[in-house]
Amino acid sequence: MNPLFEVIRDPDRCIKCRVCERQCANEVHKYDPDLDKMISDPMTCVDCQRCVCLCPTHALKIRPNENQFRENANWSHQTMDEIYKQADSGGVLLSAMGNPKDYPVYWDKILLNASQVTNPPIDPLREPMETKTFLGKKSQKITYDENGKAHYEKTPYLELDVPIMFSAMSFGSISKNAHESLARAATELGTYYNTGEGGLHEDFYKYGKNTICQVASGRFGVFKGYLDAGAAIEIKMGQGAKPGIGGHLPGMKINDEISKTRMIPKGTDAISPAPHHDIYSIEDLRQLVFSLKEATNWEKPVIVKIAAVHNVAAIASGVARSGADIIAIDGFRGGTGAAPTRIRDNVGIPIELALASVDARLRDEGIRNDVSVVVGGSCRSAADVVKAIALGADAVYIATAALLALGCHLCRSCNTGKCNWGIATQRADLVKRLNPEIGYQRLVNLVTAWDHEIKEIMGGMGINSIEALRGNRLMLRGVGLTQKELDILGIQHAGE
Amino acid sequence: MKIDARNHNYTELNKIIRESTEEKFELDHVLGERYLGAGTSGKELIIEGTPGNALGAYLNGSKIIVHGNAQDAIGDTMNDGAIIVHGNCGDTTGYAMRSGEIYVQGNAGYRVGIHMKSYEDLYPIIVIGGKVGDFLGEYQAGGIIIVFGIGAEDCPVGSFCGTGMHGGEMFIRSETAPQGLPKQVCCNEATDEEKQSIRHYAERFVKHFGGNVDELLQSKFWKLTPNSKSPYKQLYVNN
Repeated sequence: MNPLFEVIRDPDRCIKCRVCERQCANEVHKYDPDLDKMISDPMTCVDCQRCVCLCPTHALKIRPNENQFRENANWSHQTMDEIYKQADSGGVLLSAMGNPKDYPVYWDKILLNASQVTNPPIDPLREPMETKTFLGKKSQKITYDENGKAHYEKTPYLELDVPIMFSAMSFGSISKNAHESLARAATELGTYYNTGEGGLHEDFYKYGKNTICQVASGRFGVFKGYLDAGAAIEIKMGQGAKPGIGGHLPGMKINDEISKTRMIPKGTDAISPAPHHDIYSIEDLRQLVFSLKEATNWEKPVIVKIAAVHNVAAIASGVARSGADIIAIDGFRGGTGAAPTRIRDNVGIPIELALASVDARLRDEGIRNDVSVVVGGSCRSAADVVKAIALGADAVYIATAALLALGCHLCRSCNTGKCNWGIATQRADLVKRLNPEIGYQRLVNLVTAWDHEIKEIMGGMGINSIEALRGNRLMLRGVGLTQKELDILGIQHAGE
Repeated sequence: MKIDARNHNYTELNKIIRESTEEKFELDHVLGERYLGAGTSGKELIIEGTPGNALGAYLNGSKIIVHGNAQDAIGDTMNDGAIIVHGNCGDTTGYAMRSGEIYVQGNAGYRVGIHMKSYEDLYPIIVIGGKVGDFLGEYQAGGIIIVFGIGAEDCPVGSFCGTGMHGGEMFIRSETAPQGLPKQVCCNEATDEEKQSIRHYAERFVKHFGGNVDELLQSKFWKLTPNSKSPYKQLYVNN
């Protein structure tokens, strides 16, 4: 096996301060006293850029290894490397973060509209612009009493100041400091973060008003107090990065705090089976939704999260009829702390297509207002958010973008537990590198910036609320898409 | 408080139970009402009839006694308390329960005790008097499951018992060992000492439903535990 990367050190710049050595949990850098110089072994380098960023003299760079196998259009370097790894180990390939393969990104093939002449744009700095949105069932029946007062069915809902939430990442997959950053940012932004399936750390119950508590097949950390703590409950049926696959947090990662939060013994494996073994039908799902509502006195909206798979529209239609208030759909580019490579890279469908077909299906069936639709699985910018809402989403979930704000450089090695940025690790010396005080502020900055951009884009379209943008596919045009793709997206081609 | 369930749906029944300052409730004519007692603590429900699915889900310390049969998913994700069924019960009894006790006089369905787990002083117990269906103790991660098989002619557990088991113990009262166990489960005849370890639960069973503890424990029991030599760990290679 060849190293994937080369460590390039400029000897004229290196002052042998050994920062790189101390910062690298993969032990790439070492000081050699005999030679009086820094040496490196690139074999374990994951290109996380920690040493590059912290080198005080900018002496380091990491680049792809120039050594290449003989060129072959069919057998890429990576494909060959994977064969060697499996031949060496007999193991299933394990990867982290979202699908990096070169599949179409439909966000990048959709263009937005703007007003000219007849329908003037709105200046968001000068005129009111609403990015507040509400998630939950929207009652369709309004009656008026003799005093003209409106009466309608009130069901629990979530109120978001921005149409962006932080999606599920468990304590275990990410660090306590990362969770704290998300919780505090959600609180300040008037939105929500999601516990993932690892329970809620006792220190974070105070952020409950801005917390979505997840319930998955393993039921880790789920008890009455946990269900009561959050603003909403999310049932995890699937995850975009690994549809049809469960979770497995190895025992060695279950330290004291994770054990306490998940309510499982230290050092034992935490297995989250792929299916909920009590759910084989929409009726069974309905039973879980209703049991959670009963247990929490019908005070909390219930979200059902599914992965975007081939039959997502029919599945979403079933979910909408299960009594769920919100459907979360996770596209095939969604991140993960660990997933079998073959699953991550080959299972599921793009969120753009899934969203368009779910929205169309729910409208066709006259049940679109029975549920809100939240999408995740690679919303990378404010433009993606606007496109998602115009395709029919009520709000989006972001996670990879949030981790990038916390310092992640997408080295995709979360599964090793040696995250040099203190995010996807439980090692105390690494966790403390992420200061939640700074982390939360960076998340607030990111979402605030996106919120400004969303307002700017909406203003350009002459639209002043999320409500008016949602499902407004006339604001979208495709470029370089086939008629079939345009039909599924429900949009016209640019120029039409 | 006495409640005639015929006059209420399950949401109303639960609301009465939750909001009343009284602790003891006698529910008569129960017929399929779901989620009874869900998430409650400090209450006692005495149910006449057949409660519906998810009886005592997320139960947090209440006691539920059923004079009749119960249906599926009783004690789902139960955290504490007791459910005592003077009859049979359905599938996924005690799904992911973390503590408390479930006693069933008769038979139980498939996937009993699936994913039940223990944590510190939280330790769940399921005792079934009769037979159980397939996948008993699937993914079991902690606690004890006891099947007495009273009245059963052969081994009282179905196929695929203990699939995915990685913690806890099962005790099966039977002349013959359960068949077709996965290789990640160890099955041995329980020693006298091991049988005494479940005496306390046998006594409680007898207290609820009658019978003789010594007679029960005199029989042959099979003790099932996870085989740590052959874990479920699939070998992964970082990519």
